[in-house]
Amino acid sequence: MGKGRHGNDECAESNLRGRIVNPISRIRSVLRNLFRKQRVEKLLDDEVRACVEMIADERIAAGIPPSEARRSAVAEFGPIEQVKQAVRDRRTGLGVELFWQDARFGLRQLWRNPGFAATAILILALGIASSVAIFAFVDAALIKPLPYKDPNRLAILFESIPLGPRFHLSYPDYLDWKRDNKVFSSLEVYNPYGFMMKTADGLRNTDGARVSAGFFRTLGVKPVLGRDFYDGEDRPETPRTALLSYSAWQKRYGKSSNVIGQALVLDGDTYTVIGVLPRDFSFAPAEPADIWAIQKAGDTCRGCHGLFGVARLKDGVTFSAALADITTIAQNLARQYPDSNRDQAAFMLPLAEVVVGDIRPILLVVLGGAGLLLMIASLNIASLLLVRSESRRREMAVRGALGASPRRLVAQFITEGTMLAAIGCTVGVALARQGMQMLALLVPKDMMAGMPFLQGLGLNPRVTAFACVLAIFAAALFALTPILRFRSTDIRDGLAEGGRAVAGVMWRRIGTNLVVIELATAMILLVGAGLLGKSLYRLLHTDIGMQPDHIATVHVFAQQEKYGKAEQQVALVREILRRVESLPGVRSAGVTSKMPIEDGDWTTSFIIVGQPDDGKNKEVAIRSVSAGYMATLKTSLLGGRYFNDDEDSSKPGVVIVNQALAKQYFAGQDPIGKQLAFGWNDKKPMLVVGVINDIQEGQLDAKPRGALYVPFYQNPNNGFVVLARTAQDDRSTLSALTSTIASVDGSMAIFDPIIMNEKIHDAPVTYLHRSSSWLMGGFAGLALLLSVVGLYGVISYSVSQRTREIGVRMALGAQRSSVYRLILFEAGRLIAVGVMVGLIGAIGAASLMRKLLFGVPAWDAMTLSAVAGLLACVALLATFLPAHRAASANPIDALRAE
Amino acid sequence: MSSKQTNLLQGTLDLLILKALGPGELHGLGISRRIEQITRGTFLVKPGSLFPALHRLEEAGWLSSFWGESENNRRAKFYRLTKAGKTQFEVETEQWAKVAMAMTNALKAI
Repeated sequence: MGKGRHGNDECAESNLRGRIVNPISRIRSVLRNLFRKQRVEKLLDDEVRACVEMIADERIAAGIPPSEARRSAVAEFGPIEQVKQAVRDRRTGLGVELFWQDARFGLRQLWRNPGFAATAILILALGIASSVAIFAFVDAALIKPLPYKDPNRLAILFESIPLGPRFHLSYPDYLDWKRDNKVFSSLEVYNPYGFMMKTADGLRNTDGARVSAGFFRTLGVKPVLGRDFYDGEDRPETPRTALLSYSAWQKRYGKSSNVIGQALVLDGDTYTVIGVLPRDFSFAPAEPADIWAIQKAGDTCRGCHGLFGVARLKDGVTFSAALADITTIAQNLARQYPDSNRDQAAFMLPLAEVVVGDIRPILLVVLGGAGLLLMIASLNIASLLLVRSESRRREMAVRGALGASPRRLVAQFITEGTMLAAIGCTVGVALARQGMQMLALLVPKDMMAGMPFLQGLGLNPRVTAFACVLAIFAAALFALTPILRFRSTDIRDGLAEGGRAVAGVMWRRIGTNLVVIELATAMILLVGAGLLGKSLYRLLHTDIGMQPDHIATVHVFAQQEKYGKAEQQVALVREILRRVESLPGVRSAGVTSKMPIEDGDWTTSFIIVGQPDDGKNKEVAIRSVSAGYMATLKTSLLGGRYFNDDEDSSKPGVVIVNQALAKQYFAGQDPIGKQLAFGWNDKKPMLVVGVINDIQEGQLDAKPRGALYVPFYQNPNNGFVVLARTAQDDRSTLSALTSTIASVDGSMAIFDPIIMNEKIHDAPVTYLHRSSSWLMGGFAGLALLLSVVGLYGVISYSVSQRTREIGVRMALGAQRSSVYRLILFEAGRLIAVGVMVGLIGAIGAASLMRKLLFGVPAWDAMTLSAVAGLLACVALLATFLPAHRAASANPIDALRAE
Repeated sequence: MSSKQTNLLQGTLDLLILKALGPGELHGLGISRRIEQITRGTFLVKPGSLFPALHRLEEAGWLSSFWGESENNRRAKFYRLTKAGKTQFEVETEQWAKVAMAMTNALKAI
């Protein structure tokens, strides 16, 4: 190696790819390099030093004096440490080793700072857990396809009436739609209303549905046991048959294959079990359903509505073309059969819309909330990392000066960020698993039954992938923040004492921007939670036209054979009411054909006797109620009188109308004394004897609708609801109520005992509002906490950087109050910008979730100003602490700082 | 040519090391000197390239090493070809001949 000559052999690195390499020797050296590091290092050192010595020996032999020979040998050899590093850098398993080194170093860094590590991991875990848990619901409801063949081609068909679009079809209408349409490859019907099943213990209310013969073929579902209905099995003359759901088969028959051929008595008819449906089968619009019985053809009543259609679109037919086609058919039917079909239009929705349409907006809003929370959490950790990187400037500078390549320094940050993200994510996903189970348990049982797609909620591949994507983003953010901070120039500056002022400015720019984003995001979440909370309050305090406290209710269904005649039904109800009213603590009792706060079904059209037909169909809700019903609900009588207890078929027909009906059909006149009838041929008109306020028959958020009430004893039925207003705690009276009714006749089905307040509390619309406002409230609370902590961090850091400046100011005579002003002004600017940005975002977000709000405008000034005020106050409070610290600092100490 | 830079082609250094060790074992400095000698001073291998290459070839299993005494009774690390190394040398020599022939022909072509 001649002096002054340099053979440029940079390109001499050979790559081993494509060559025959002994894998065992390879593995051995990796292991040796990793685990016998000290020995390997020692040998390398020996080897390199021996080489230098030998060069020196050559020189001495050539007659150069030893000291000079040694010096020139070292010069020829080059920097020993760099040669050794070059060897190390080429070693096999280098990547593994470097990662291992960085990881160990990173872990030590985290360990040395347990407060920081715990905070960062906890914050990230909470953020990830909330996002992943909510995403699992979104996935189950909105992403996972419904369990049918080509679920996107399925539609649910309704008849729309002036009261609303989603009402039932009648069987003759269905047959006409099925025959005349050119757009569906199949059109079937279902009726989701369950059965009264005869058992050894009397009647039992059983969940189930009736479906036409091709129903399961339309969905593309095949039984796992037995057979499907065959075409034409719904003809009146064939025997009645039924399929069981998988869970009913398991529960009631212990999965025995002998179930095929078993007889079931449903609503008085005998059905034979012919098959069992697959385990994962569910049909949300008719769930819960244990029994799927055949819907027999032959019903010729065009005005009797009790069916929904389910149809599969033909290939190439668009949804709107299909709707147009059945709309034409419905118009033709309305012309052809004006008595029954006037104002009955066709309506259809994609199946998925019917299944998840109600919860989609809520899920998306809550997912958005969780995402914003995760964003705040990540930004918070990023700003923590920024603060930490500040204290590591010197470390980085020293490592850089000692020859660590920029790549290596960056790799250190990437490793640390990745580790933090990985730990946080793992904890977060574990929390999310618990969280989603807990959230699922909070869903009321009835609602859960209507959302079968939520079964099997968990960490499926999609949810796991989502969590991984979040982890990657988090890792990238955590790695990038300090990298951005340490640009190459910084590393050189870091060694110099004075480097701090520049760094402070740099840090402040990033840090303050982060805080502004955090504050704005917290503002958006707080406004969202505030609006949802307010609309929940409005919903729960909406006027439902009754006093729901202390009301116990239970459904009763008496056997048709024993109570088929009107007199029998009247006698039964009189006896039940007599016994219930004599129960201790019962103030009053009544019966109705259908509970309030439900779906608003059971409607009728009517005419006003003596008024010419105006060509419009008058359709209103109808309830058959006993004389004590309205007193029990404590409705208010606006005019006329309630029913008398003796008003039965021997007395003239009477009717009570609600305010909405009176307004709609008797505008400007007194309805009392008018006569109503159910049709032009009806020979028994009813006299309007009273007007009451609007009882909410539909869901809490539904608009008031016309309703008419007829005396139960004039319109009896063998199925009804018994209500009792009680003096003491209503829950305890439920069992007394049930056993008293059972004592009248044990063979009746007595089911769904519930107190009215609970019914309101558990109503789907209440539940959706409550759960979303609680979740958003939780997210918003956490967001507020995190953003305020972030602001506190930024201001404290800024104060600590300016300690000297503040000391100088105070030494020069600045008042403490001006120091406060200095700090609070800086913070105030950040807060103001954050709140302003947040306000704009909040209004945007609120208008996106307008659909979810009840009785509250998206622009609710009170919520907006209250949230802005709250955020500003809490934020100022958080900055007051560092400001106070700065102002009360001793100027001498402050000057000595640094 | 003393100050001229002669670029070593990718893989050339490995081949030269294998060639230098053909006659028998050598220590690092010996290999460097042998390469200088057999290339008639064209290639000078700096320690910063030589040692990493030696370690790499050893890890690949083509060289083995042992500690021995140098001419001046210094403890030094000696390298020698393994059986795999000899095979590799033949393979690479053949490849090199092909490349060299191809390059010569290409440059001669009009």
